[in-house]
Amino acid sequence: MNVDVTALPGIGVRKDFAVRSGRRIGVVAHRDGGIDLIVSQRDDPDTCIAQVPLNPDEAAVLANLLGAPQLVQQLREEHSDLPGITTRQLSISGSSPYRGRMLGETGMRTRTKASIVAIMRAGQVQPSPGPDQVLDSGDILVVVGTPHGLDAAARILVDG
Amino acid sequence: MDSTGLALFELGAILFALGMLGRLAARFGMSPIPLYLLGGLAFGEGGIVTMKAATEFGHMAGEIGVVLLLLLLGLEYTAAELVTGLRRSWLAGLLDIVANATPGVVVALVLGWGAVGAVTMGGVTYISSSGIVAKVLNDLGRLGNRETPVVLSILVFEDLAMAVYLPILTMMLAGLSFASGLRSLAIALVAITVVLIVALRYGRYVSAIVDSNDGEVFLLKLLGAALLVAGAASALKVSAAVGAFLLGIAISGSTAQEAAKLLEPLRDLFAAIFFVAFGLNTDPTAIPPVLGWAVLLAVVTALTKIGTGWWAASRQGIRRMGRARAGAALVARGEFSIVIAGLAVSVGGVNPKLAALASAYVLMMAVLGPIAARVVEPAIRLVQRGRADAVPT
Repeated sequence: MNVDVTALPGIGVRKDFAVRSGRRIGVVAHRDGGIDLIVSQRDDPDTCIAQVPLNPDEAAVLANLLGAPQLVQQLREEHSDLPGITTRQLSISGSSPYRGRMLGETGMRTRTKASIVAIMRAGQVQPSPGPDQVLDSGDILVVVGTPHGLDAAARILVDG
Repeated sequence: MDSTGLALFELGAILFALGMLGRLAARFGMSPIPLYLLGGLAFGEGGIVTMKAATEFGHMAGEIGVVLLLLLLGLEYTAAELVTGLRRSWLAGLLDIVANATPGVVVALVLGWGAVGAVTMGGVTYISSSGIVAKVLNDLGRLGNRETPVVLSILVFEDLAMAVYLPILTMMLAGLSFASGLRSLAIALVAITVVLIVALRYGRYVSAIVDSNDGEVFLLKLLGAALLVAGAASALKVSAAVGAFLLGIAISGSTAQEAAKLLEPLRDLFAAIFFVAFGLNTDPTAIPPVLGWAVLLAVVTALTKIGTGWWAASRQGIRRMGRARAGAALVARGEFSIVIAGLAVSVGGVNPKLAALASAYVLMMAVLGPIAARVVEPAIRLVQRGRADAVPT
């Protein structure tokens, strides 16, 4: 994929690319650290239909939303020959009791038999996280297990 | 009331009124510059209330305001951006100068203000307000648009052109002989080149000198350096503003970002006082006789700016709507037109009516610019629909 990088003197950098439907999608990275999501209009490729300012947390959540399904899809395909095993993405909400606590404290493996195989944060994948990994709101956990175990895991992350 | 008390009281009243005006401007999503100018006109000579005691402070603070305006302008650009901007937009930049300075020059000559007046008015009508334009582009969500880099690189060219123009104007205002005039111009050009090279290669050393983790120390060093450089440039007849601009370019990287953050509120304060001081020194009763000229200039230079942007955008293969947007975005004039007029008025040597014409012109263009940028799309659409209707089916 060809990403166009254009300098915006005095403001920052624009990075965008054309998607199959013909629109351009990208970001404007402001010099002061702010990020705008931009989507071009269909009938006028020169203009943007949306310029959405995102703070770093919001940008990270968006990156996770875009990145996590791919990873889950990939894992699901890998597990497809193992009947009864599924992969699901579970997010840590701002109100989760495990926000700011270590992964080991959830006792996920012992309580549900499900494994947390990856944590996605700010668009970055951290594979095989250790028990001392601190969870934060906006993190997306990629969990592998039986459907029953995954339901239990989702409840634990919300209610403790 | 003793004189200090009176001055404090007047200054307080002015600042408070400016704050209220700024809030009003923000509510309508417009630039506060025209309101500051109006405020100055109302409180100054021949205005509703005359505030003598505050003008003394206003004068010095206004000078600092200009230095800070240009320093922050320099901080916004890296030297690399300036060089590439110059390379990419020089042709559009030249057209910009010719198309937009000419109306000002012609009007000044017709009014019999001589060569100095002509060069001053040319500068006033030439330069777009990068502050207003950048804000409007962001407010309207056009940072991602394809024509936006075209608009920004024209602004970069204009700002660099200021660094060449201001020394020329300073030298003409000082009435220097041709030889010494050439010398100060040469000094300015050498200074610009040296600063660009230093900033490109050794920017981090300049940054290291002013940088500090302590906010207070950083602010003092920064402000001190800016005023020192501005004073030195002024002594060389290169114009204080250019000195500050060059210092801003030389400071780079994270230091520049921190500096901009720290200085922004200071600039807003002192620049507001600068606009008021300009208004204070302008007699509002002098405006009606030149109002017709101001309206004429506003109409003509709005069209020439739109033409400039249209042409520059079309060269980048941008479609009709984008071209129109690029042109309309450039219409706003503001802080730098007043800086130029203020310089001419404070040094003297130009017709006193020039201040009246310049403030009336900027009053209109600072309001008209954001409106033009907003209405251009619906206007073009209306024209296109009209044309489509006219075609028989």
